[in-house]
Amino acid sequence: MMDGQVKERIEGEITGSDVVLFMKGTPVFPQCGFSAAVVQVLNHLGVPFKGVNVLDDMSVREGIKEFSQWPTIPQLYVKGEFVGGCDIVREMFETGELGDLLNSKGIAVEA
Amino acid sequence: MNPVEQAIETKLRAAFSPEDLVVENDSHRHAGHAGSPGTGSSHFNVAMTAAAFDGLSRVDRQRRVYAVLAEELAGPVHALALRLKAPGE
Repeated sequence: MMDGQVKERIEGEITGSDVVLFMKGTPVFPQCGFSAAVVQVLNHLGVPFKGVNVLDDMSVREGIKEFSQWPTIPQLYVKGEFVGGCDIVREMFETGELGDLLNSKGIAVEA
Repeated sequence: MNPVEQAIETKLRAAFSPEDLVVENDSHRHAGHAGSPGTGSSHFNVAMTAAAFDGLSRVDRQRRVYAVLAEELAGPVHALALRLKAPGE
């Protein structure tokens, strides 16, 4: 079970920025190909986002899986809402749904 | 076939009776990168078409698959790329 402090920290991250990516590594130096792929999509759309490096904190790395009921990293949140992992972000980018979702939440995209 | 790959395929067939299922062991492409266990059973790609996914969101589809493969994900499987479709998509 995740302790209350970790849950609070995660909630703070997902409500503290419009677009939050829980990832391995940082937006500049992703340390996993799946995290890198999502960073690339967000950069392509010109969307500012907060990267949370789960490798910095084992409790967040495990806690976010339980919090989202999702067993893998990366995980993308938009306005506090779980969007999905790498497969979903890539698919939604390809179909244009990701841009539409961001727009519908009032977040400007470039492409 | 790799035993983990075999387990993934058997469990998915039993749970979803898919119209189409391809399980691919992608572990060799990740051997040696940071965090890769180098077991040869760490990275898999799954493409599956199943009627069970009809009407479910992308997130719900993947959660269904993650639930069926919980044991593998808690064990040897480090990454699982999923392409999940309902028939006709």
